[in-house]
Amino acid sequence: MYAQMIKSEATQDDPEMLAAFQARIDAGEKIEPKDWMPEGYRKTLIRQIGQHAHSEIVGQLPEGNWITRAPTLERKANLLAKVQDEAGHGLYLYCAAETLGVSRDELTEMLLDGRMKYSSIFNYPTLTWADMGAVGWLVDGAAIMNQVPLQRTSYGPYARAMVRICKEESFHQRQGFHIMMAMVNGSDAQKRMAQDALNRFWYPALMMFGPSDKDSVHSTQSMAWKIKMNTNDELRQKFVDETVPQAEYLGLTVPDENLRWNEETGHYDFSEPDWSEFFDVISGNGPCNTDRLNARQKAWDDGAWVREAMVAHAEKKRARKLAAE
Amino acid sequence: MSTSKEWPLWEVFIRGQHGMSHRHVGSLHAADAEHAIRNARDVYTRRNEGVSIWVVEAAQITASSPSEKGPLYEPARDKVYRHPTFYDIPEEVGKM
Amino acid sequence: MNHLFEFLLRQGDNALVLGHRTSEWCGVAPALEEDIALANTALDLIGQTQLWLGYAAEVEGEGRTANDLAFRRDAYDFRNMLMVEVPNEDFGRTLMRQFFFDAFQVPWLDALQTSSDQRVAEIAAKSLKEAKYHIARSAETVIALGDGTEDSNARMQAALAYLWPYTGEVFVDDDVDRAMADQGVAPLPSTLRGQWTATVTETLTNANLVQPESGFAHAGGRSGKRHTEHLGHMLATMQTLQRSYPGAVW
Repeated sequence: MYAQMIKSEATQDDPEMLAAFQARIDAGEKIEPKDWMPEGYRKTLIRQIGQHAHSEIVGQLPEGNWITRAPTLERKANLLAKVQDEAGHGLYLYCAAETLGVSRDELTEMLLDGRMKYSSIFNYPTLTWADMGAVGWLVDGAAIMNQVPLQRTSYGPYARAMVRICKEESFHQRQGFHIMMAMVNGSDAQKRMAQDALNRFWYPALMMFGPSDKDSVHSTQSMAWKIKMNTNDELRQKFVDETVPQAEYLGLTVPDENLRWNEETGHYDFSEPDWSEFFDVISGNGPCNTDRLNARQKAWDDGAWVREAMVAHAEKKRARKLAAE
Repeated sequence: MSTSKEWPLWEVFIRGQHGMSHRHVGSLHAADAEHAIRNARDVYTRRNEGVSIWVVEAAQITASSPSEKGPLYEPARDKVYRHPTFYDIPEEVGKM
Repeated sequence: MNHLFEFLLRQGDNALVLGHRTSEWCGVAPALEEDIALANTALDLIGQTQLWLGYAAEVEGEGRTANDLAFRRDAYDFRNMLMVEVPNEDFGRTLMRQFFFDAFQVPWLDALQTSSDQRVAEIAAKSLKEAKYHIARSAETVIALGDGTEDSNARMQAALAYLWPYTGEVFVDDDVDRAMADQGVAPLPSTLRGQWTATVTETLTNANLVQPESGFAHAGGRSGKRHTEHLGHMLATMQTLQRSYPGAVW
């Protein structure tokens, strides 16, 4: 899940308007940019869509880390296409956020100065080629769990962006699993890389869904507004239930001694991740937080002259055209 | 706040196949119209989706306001005679 | 020497090395739209690499594959022009190089469409469609950045100064070129110089950039005699897995 710990904004609007708004949502109507909406709805959405967009852009970095080292031409093209899609998804999401009255530049600046967050998962390093497999399989797998229901979210531009994203993303998880399959069928060194990648990414992937529902105070309003579609624990359980058999198929061991199938519940029992690590990571102390933000800051600063020059050229062109008329 | 001027926002419309109308696919930023067309090609036709692209600067679009929704669309709602099912034609006449 | 094999390596290595350099931009370009566009260019070039090196491997007939050629050769066996291997530096130099490359590739691939070698003609026809789009984008970007601001103009002028001595290598005919011309596989590269110069002059003029007067040209990439120091570093990165785990299947 690329949007974690989104705090719903309190809203102080006319109760009658609020009730009418809620009735529209309950009736399954989509809210469009020019429609009346509670200020809290607007602000919460900006925060959520913005964080989602930032996650796509920062998420390019850990995988981009291996594009230049991909082992074959096919893998290089697949990975590059996937990371490029992430840039595209960030773009669609920024545009959706912009319909709520915030600019992409403002959102970028809020990311860079720490006012806005991105998903905790991208603060973990990618150390071997198997991590490209694990990230595609687990991280994209977890993201898809969250994004598929968001296609039905109440805000029209967000829902439409999610439809496009889900359609494009269908190959991402398979791309990752395909890498894992090659690794577990390979040499001992490759098998070891694959297991090591699963060991490192399992709990961070579980953390992507956010803290347990009993500790998550932000959900109720967002769920009523249909900008959050499922609880954190529901999605986490679904993820574990789908992923464990895939790990078994690969012949890899999920790093959890308590993992077992529960006949009564019809679900797997599993260990909770270390939530103190999660809170460390989201408060800036993950393994890569500083490097990731520095990389984004550098790209932003290095690109400033290009962005300015393109605008200056467009203005000159317009002026020349006017002068010629 | 933003220190430099941001590339304006453009709305992108793509004709997916010959004979179809252009459909809104999304938005992007670009310095001018030509740049927007190139960006649209790169951003929105990565999977062979298009044969023709239109771009319109978002600020140039005039939209109906939601409060006018009633007056704009409701008059059309009772003109049921615009729909083929309004006209009851006996079956023996055949397909029409 | 198998001239056709050498010729195919030159095509494939240009695409491979430039595709690799371009892929280095993924995630760090000046704007999302440019990030996506650069990745499209890189993907086109990687696709072209697979075609050229795949055919080269067949022509060689030693049982190697395109991947063997890309990931298991040393720098002295690479046949790309030097211009594509120098570092990206900044967005301006990256796009200036892309433009110089495209200004050659478009007429070159166009001519190769009528090659006496059917496979060469087919690969050229597919690649030409991509190259035509690349030059539309690279030329317009060079113009915008040259014309944009005082700062951007200075940066583009510096990129031009750096790259200019690398632009001439491709037009110096050698034995491989002459053999290919004799067999009707490809025209002599020198015959494309006029067209290249016209394209470049027009674009640089529109970009308010001053074309350097020096006609000096570095050489050694296409023959493999002397690459730049940069290629070794690039290959060390690119080939790390294939070199560290020989024989592994990925």
